[in-house]
Amino acid sequence: MGSLWGRLDDVTGDAGYVDHEPRMGFFTDTSVCIGCKACEVACKEWNQVPDDGFELTGMSYDNTQALGASTWRHVAFVEKPFETVAAQPPQEPPHPTTTDLGLPGMGPPGWDTHESGLPSGEDQATASGDGGIRWLMSSDVCKHCTHAACLDVCPTGSLFRTEFGTVVVQPDICNGCGYCVPACPYGVIDLREDDGRAFKCTLCYDRLKDGQTPACAQACPTESIQFGEVGELRERARLRVAELHDKGVDVARLYGADPDDGVGGDGAFFLLLDEPEVYGLPPDPVVTTRDLGSMWKHVGAAASALAAVGVASFLGRRR
Amino acid sequence: MPGLGTSFGRGGATTNLQDLQNADCILIEGSNMAEAHPVGFQWVMEAKRRGAKVIHVDPRFTRTSAVADLHVPIRAGSDIAFLGGLVNHVLTHDLDFREYVVAYTNAANLIDGAFADTEDLDGLFSGFDPDTGLYDPTTWRYQPPEDMDEDEQQREEELEGDEAPGADQRASHQAARSESHGSGGAPVSWKGRRDETLQDPSCVFQILKRHFARYTPEMVQEVCGIEPEQFREVADALTSNSGRERTGAFCYAVGWTHHTVGAQMIRTAAILQTLLGNIGRPGGGIMALRGHASIQGSTDIPTLFNILPGYLPMPQASQHQSLDEWVEDEEGKTGFWGNVRSYAVSLLKSYWGDAATADNDFCFDYLPRITGDHSTYNTVKAQIEGRCKGYFLVGENPAVGSANGKMQRLGLANLDWLVVRDLQMIESATFWKDGPEIETGELVTEEIGTEIFFLPAATHVEKAGSFTQTQRMLQWRDKAVDPPGDARSDLDFYYELGHRIRERLAGSTDDRDRPLLDLAWDYPVDERGEVDGQAVLREISGTGPDGAALSAYTELKPDGSTACGCWIYCGVYADEVNQARRRKPHWEQDEVAAEWGWVWPANRRILYNRASAAPDGSPWSERKKYVWWDAEQHKWVGRDVPDFVPDRAPDHVPDKGAKGPDAIGGHDPFVMQTDGKAWLFAPLGLADGPMPTHYEPPESPVHNPLHSQQGNPARRRLDDPHNPVNPSFSEVFPYVFTTYRLTEHHTAGAMSRTLPYLTELQPEPFCEVSPRLARQRGLEHLGWATIVTARTAIEARVLVTDRLRSLRLGDRMVEQVGLPYHWGGNGITTGDSPNDLVNVTMDPNVYIQDKVGTCDIRPGRRPRGRDLTAYVADYRERAGVDPQHPTNGGTD
Repeated sequence: MGSLWGRLDDVTGDAGYVDHEPRMGFFTDTSVCIGCKACEVACKEWNQVPDDGFELTGMSYDNTQALGASTWRHVAFVEKPFETVAAQPPQEPPHPTTTDLGLPGMGPPGWDTHESGLPSGEDQATASGDGGIRWLMSSDVCKHCTHAACLDVCPTGSLFRTEFGTVVVQPDICNGCGYCVPACPYGVIDLREDDGRAFKCTLCYDRLKDGQTPACAQACPTESIQFGEVGELRERARLRVAELHDKGVDVARLYGADPDDGVGGDGAFFLLLDEPEVYGLPPDPVVTTRDLGSMWKHVGAAASALAAVGVASFLGRRR
Repeated sequence: MPGLGTSFGRGGATTNLQDLQNADCILIEGSNMAEAHPVGFQWVMEAKRRGAKVIHVDPRFTRTSAVADLHVPIRAGSDIAFLGGLVNHVLTHDLDFREYVVAYTNAANLIDGAFADTEDLDGLFSGFDPDTGLYDPTTWRYQPPEDMDEDEQQREEELEGDEAPGADQRASHQAARSESHGSGGAPVSWKGRRDETLQDPSCVFQILKRHFARYTPEMVQEVCGIEPEQFREVADALTSNSGRERTGAFCYAVGWTHHTVGAQMIRTAAILQTLLGNIGRPGGGIMALRGHASIQGSTDIPTLFNILPGYLPMPQASQHQSLDEWVEDEEGKTGFWGNVRSYAVSLLKSYWGDAATADNDFCFDYLPRITGDHSTYNTVKAQIEGRCKGYFLVGENPAVGSANGKMQRLGLANLDWLVVRDLQMIESATFWKDGPEIETGELVTEEIGTEIFFLPAATHVEKAGSFTQTQRMLQWRDKAVDPPGDARSDLDFYYELGHRIRERLAGSTDDRDRPLLDLAWDYPVDERGEVDGQAVLREISGTGPDGAALSAYTELKPDGSTACGCWIYCGVYADEVNQARRRKPHWEQDEVAAEWGWVWPANRRILYNRASAAPDGSPWSERKKYVWWDAEQHKWVGRDVPDFVPDRAPDHVPDKGAKGPDAIGGHDPFVMQTDGKAWLFAPLGLADGPMPTHYEPPESPVHNPLHSQQGNPARRRLDDPHNPVNPSFSEVFPYVFTTYRLTEHHTAGAMSRTLPYLTELQPEPFCEVSPRLARQRGLEHLGWATIVTARTAIEARVLVTDRLRSLRLGDRMVEQVGLPYHWGGNGITTGDSPNDLVNVTMDPNVYIQDKVGTCDIRPGRRPRGRDLTAYVADYRERAGVDPQHPTNGGTD
């Protein structure tokens, strides 16, 4: 059993592996994503994941909606229009501390023009016609956290840490209890309705065992999804952010690359061009088992105190 | 294709996808490259990573725009005005690459004194015959040279003294002969007189200047809706990334080709790239993005009515009674196309083998000859009128994929027999029971007499064969699995069909059966009964007198000793090796990667690459070095197969009267052109003019601001009661609509809407509108809308988005409705087909339809059954569609 919280540089070793390979993961650079969804299809083809419903969502070109038991790669699309000249006057003055999440409103988009709230600098938006417009595209995936709450709470041992440092759920052991579902701070893992068990991205464990690249990374035409050793990917990502900042793309930032964050850093991390909330990602994810140790300590203290009071009351009574 | 063919001598992409990474600037227009060519688009992203500026010009803000540096919203169909504006900018401010232009183009050529421009004739060039809609290009020709040789003198007499002047040249514009310039430019009679100072008023350079003088940024705003500031940003990006040290590339696709002025749109781009000196250079060129996996192959080895393999033109019944008559126009002209007789005879030998001899004209008489326009839309009309009885639909679904779906289905319903070969039960096979006309009652199942055969086809992994994709690259595929059940490859089907027909005809004494009986029809077949595709490829590549595989088309002979199924593919089986099957990984080769697949012609990866060196043969710059002259070795060397005579010195002047490849001079990089030059002005080869001119689409909400000539005067109409055209500038059809593709679906949908993994990505048909249009018509996001034209009305869900920009044209706003066209009645996701809305008016060079039109859009679902036809009839009446003259869209 490993640690539940805090910086952990050797997650595979902490899980009990002695001589092990470097930790493998994903760096998803959303600045070069073209929203083709080859990753979604390649994943499903390789892993024989069932289709996940046919519904036109109106959420731009995102009809997949979210990660789940039958969606292990999800491409998000966020349209953020930015008009220098409003087609109609704004309905209320823009609030200086709000972030425009670019979510579809009740009416046609484009009403609200925020000078504040949007990232500054001209180079983040593709200039178009009479103003800028942004279409953010990002392929989301299970983060294969350093501290994976789903793994920590799994009662059957179905979820385990592989020799590659990835987190995998074994369908032949999973009993469908569902504890992992609320545990995940990102809302990734879920139960499959007509099956009952939990499913999620395996980082193509079977392909890794054969020295191959995961299906999504293999399929991605622009190398938005990059597969490799996490340490090396983090270095590459750092350089990429610096490169973008040099080009004036100030908004570029990494997400999930910090080993000191609430989950100890992600095995699958991202380069984003806006706030995480815009992409539907939690801004400050914390492994939900963080307080487990202290919770039990408090329980233990309360129990001892209760016991002590009980004993004291008996002792006090004896004549 | 004729746009590039007439400009440069070959009608295909001048470069390759990988080379885009070397561009300093990339203009993507008439293409949504990231969505339609996502894998090829990685090279644009690589260019961007290296610092290139990426510009996307498109009516919508798409996934390509999202990663571009600049998106320029443009009114669909107005590209000539925009590109013409850029040409004008270059010429006005002297920003052309002068050295390149003088040496390598026909800028210096003088044009006949009788030539009159669209600026002189309010939208027409000299030589237009309003009765036929055809141009006589005689007045567009080069002035003859001061000292003419015998042939040239004879030619001049013919042109001057002909009763029907230029009859045969005019014929070049009939029956889409322009398409035969896929590999071999139009044959001019002489190289002509030149003024290398470019000052003479009748030189091409000055004519070009006058022609585009009114294409100012203000005009561009009025026609296209593009702000002058954005225009200047594009102009600056293109011009600053040209010259010795820098190059820019253009990428285009059906956003240019699917218009009545499609070929001329491409011509404008060709003119611009030529003025900037980008053709034949690394990181430059024009990347024509062809779509389907083997679409380039489908015109190289064509199933088109007007061309034969290698872009040899189909012989015409009225003009070509013999082999001599067929080849004489082009024979002997400058360049490799001058050896056309060798290519033609070798083709005939591959068809008829031993039966083809010098005595019988190599069986030339067996070739069918065309009598006019046998293009697909005319064929459909013939079907409706009962003149065409049978139809093979092989991997094609016109009920969804072709313009004017109703006409397609009415045609299918009137055939005697129909054979459909496909992977899925497509709409063109089931129209008789569940097509839209069954719903409306226009067709009744029990009354349709067509006998329909559906034959299951093998997929691309269930058969071996080659694909020829957008950069002219042939890639062989091995078979991975056996086809299931009765599914068979097209190769097996046709081979078997040929056998059975020949069996039926065996012993016949009718002359008419000889072409079939004399065919060389004997490919090897394996134990499963499948034809060996490699044997076919080898036959295409060609064999010599000893039966051994040939290495290059320069080995082809006119005497019947060589056979070759497609001269531009000659060499793909060189050394008895299937060169198309080569797969040397990129990490074992340089960037050009010449050992992956095989590219025509002769495995050259960038065409016209002699132009990557200066006239003296040295590279223009170290940075843009590609092919150059090595004086010591006395040959051209570099990173690619030189697209030139290997040992021809850069300063070589050909002898007077030299023929064919001998007539190529040291400054003639465009070796397939009959004068060796890139054509800024095309004296021949295009049916609608030597230079591009802005014309409005057949259905347009605005008057042509440049000329009273509203539309392309030479456009091909399909005069049929089922093809009424929306009257232009009509209040009833006030919006522009255009169709396009989504990444998630593939063409007419049989290969994507039937698969759950793709269907769930785009599960329902939709249209896209701007917020302003939505407000105007009361359309709700995710609600239903009905879109209507004079052809029919369809329904779709609505996506209201800022990615559709409202365009300001002059003092009015123009709104556009966007429609992904993939949907039809069969599959997991079904819906109405947007192509049912499109009218059939065609580019006169390639007979391709225009995908832009006008429409109305209203909230709510469409009427059903007979109410639908009544609804459309009401629209027609209100718009003033004349039932007697349905293709008069209120214009000429």
